[in-house]
Amino acid sequence: MTYIFDGSLTGLLTSVFEWFERKPGKVTLKSAEIFQPEAFAESLEIIADQGKADRVWAGLQKKLQKDWLRKFYCSYLSELPDAYHHLFQFSCYIFQQQKGAENNYGNEHVIALSKYAKSVEREKHRMEAFIRFQQTADNIFYAGIDPDFNVLPLISNHFKNRYADQQWIIYDLKRKYGLHYNLDTVEEVSINFEKGSAQQNLTPALTDEKEQLYALLWKDYFKSANIVARKNTKLHLQHVPKRYWKYLTEKQLS
Amino acid sequence: MFERIREKLNILADAAKYDVSCSSSGGTRKNDNKGLGNSHTSGICHTYTEDGRCVSLLKILLTNHCIYDCAFCVSRKSNDVKRAAFTVDEVVELTMNFYRRNYIEGLFLSSGIFKNADFTMERLLLIVKKLRLEQRYNGYIHLKTIPGASDELIKEAGLYADRMSINLEMPTEAGLKLLAPEKSHADVIKPLAFVQQNIVQFGEDKKLIKHVPKFVPAGQSTQMVVGATPESDKDIMYTANTFYKNFALKRVYYSGYIPISNDSRMPILGTQPPLLRENRLYQTDWLMRFYGFNVQEILNDENPNLDVDIDPKLSWAIRNMQHFPVDINKADYQMILRVPGIGVMSAKKIVQARKFGRLRIDQLKKIGVAYNRAKHFISCADSPYQLKDYQGTEIKAFILADSQSKYLKTAQNQLLLF
Repeated sequence: MTYIFDGSLTGLLTSVFEWFERKPGKVTLKSAEIFQPEAFAESLEIIADQGKADRVWAGLQKKLQKDWLRKFYCSYLSELPDAYHHLFQFSCYIFQQQKGAENNYGNEHVIALSKYAKSVEREKHRMEAFIRFQQTADNIFYAGIDPDFNVLPLISNHFKNRYADQQWIIYDLKRKYGLHYNLDTVEEVSINFEKGSAQQNLTPALTDEKEQLYALLWKDYFKSANIVARKNTKLHLQHVPKRYWKYLTEKQLS
Repeated sequence: MFERIREKLNILADAAKYDVSCSSSGGTRKNDNKGLGNSHTSGICHTYTEDGRCVSLLKILLTNHCIYDCAFCVSRKSNDVKRAAFTVDEVVELTMNFYRRNYIEGLFLSSGIFKNADFTMERLLLIVKKLRLEQRYNGYIHLKTIPGASDELIKEAGLYADRMSINLEMPTEAGLKLLAPEKSHADVIKPLAFVQQNIVQFGEDKKLIKHVPKFVPAGQSTQMVVGATPESDKDIMYTANTFYKNFALKRVYYSGYIPISNDSRMPILGTQPPLLRENRLYQTDWLMRFYGFNVQEILNDENPNLDVDIDPKLSWAIRNMQHFPVDINKADYQMILRVPGIGVMSAKKIVQARKFGRLRIDQLKKIGVAYNRAKHFISCADSPYQLKDYQGTEIKAFILADSQSKYLKTAQNQLLLF
């Protein structure tokens, strides 16, 4: 039996509800996006239902501590097809067991969730570290990103608390939405870039006059801080994988 | 003007880079005045240099003018290098603008000693006060305590800094006297102890009074240069252990000496920095702080130096085979933690997971145990039956045979002939 859901968190939670409603035995959960009909397998389309989803979430809140609710949410944000299935199985397992079953690291779904959560948290942390703002001419600090996972919801508070006295925009170029902090609240925005102009780095024409100076000073600093006698490229790449270099001011040539 | 600031930054960042501490963890400052900056408990490394070291702070000297002539230091009086000094405003501007662009987690401010200790400490204090009070800056500040500065200045600086540090420089008094006759460990101990007393005092007050200002919330640290003088690993780690115990230090850093002068008392120019040794010392440091080891178990008169080919945890296990094999399903947490190939996270997961049933090999692997290493020291639900008890030396040979050291190939400048 295959359950097909719409890819939303509501849909995922609804499918857990539906499983307990119908008890169809072994089920695989797939999102509509990747589902391919199979000749001999039955499938059921789950229609996302906020009421049912809320009941499942409330149930999880009763069973799980805060840290595990976060792991659950992080795994969902990974947007990986297998993660959806593990989330579904994990929920069913948690509801069928006594409280505390999330500590059973011998269970494949428990260990899967803790691994997904770890990857997503790592990506979140990398965004907190590697985002580089550019000051625009109208005094907004802009950064364009395309993270492996959908981490914008996780980093919003960090940047809001930290940069409370400056306007900023962090834009997810892959998922085509961003966050704008207007000195008061953070709001979701989408920008219509002119064709081909959606980009990591702004052209000098758009930036503040001081921007290039500080970028240059930062590049200088990065070079000065290096100790040539200790060169260790392997370790360097391990910490800053090449796919993140496009974010980093200090790694840009010009 | 612009070229001048570039030049200053190059000189003063270059001179500061031998201080290895770059941690930005332990800060508790919250952005409650709608200013700039909010500390992150575990710190953030914003980038890494090509030598693989983390960059989280803007690490600069206020000036590299110095009245001392310590042989191991690039800024020593007798060294022929370009000298420069930042103004207070320049440091403030740089910090604020780097922070706003998310380049850095904060400022690491050190300085050569010009005129005298108090004069230098006053300048450092001016900068941190301006950042905190005028700019409403709540980011991280790591400030050097200048030995010999007056208690009042040090105490006031502690109200604005997150971490303070003073470097021991050489692991033993004898080593320090050899290279820096004007200095002594006692000069370091006095201010370290003074700051520590104040941290404790402010902590006590906080229990009774609600609004007590923060005082060095991220604690103190120190640094030792390794390999400039002929101390053994035992000397180094025993000193570190004493300082951890007596001053509740957050960190002791070990900095492999990079030859910077032709001084005949030290390794000659072009000698490779002792990177592997530095790594082994850090591993020992971790075993002391997170794995419940006593320094005497790892280093003692029979073993005054750490093994080069294997890490100190494995080395301890091989010397103490009477404790193994450890039954993963029964042994207590502290013993599981001592198994080579099992780290803190895995040990915690094992202790949780075994409540639900006896653990098997495949589960251990998924939990994150380095099984190929750990298998010589553990038994679990489906461990294969073993006829022979292997000696420690045999196990070492097995492990070395199927692992490759990341160091031995790169640490030497010598090319292979064939």
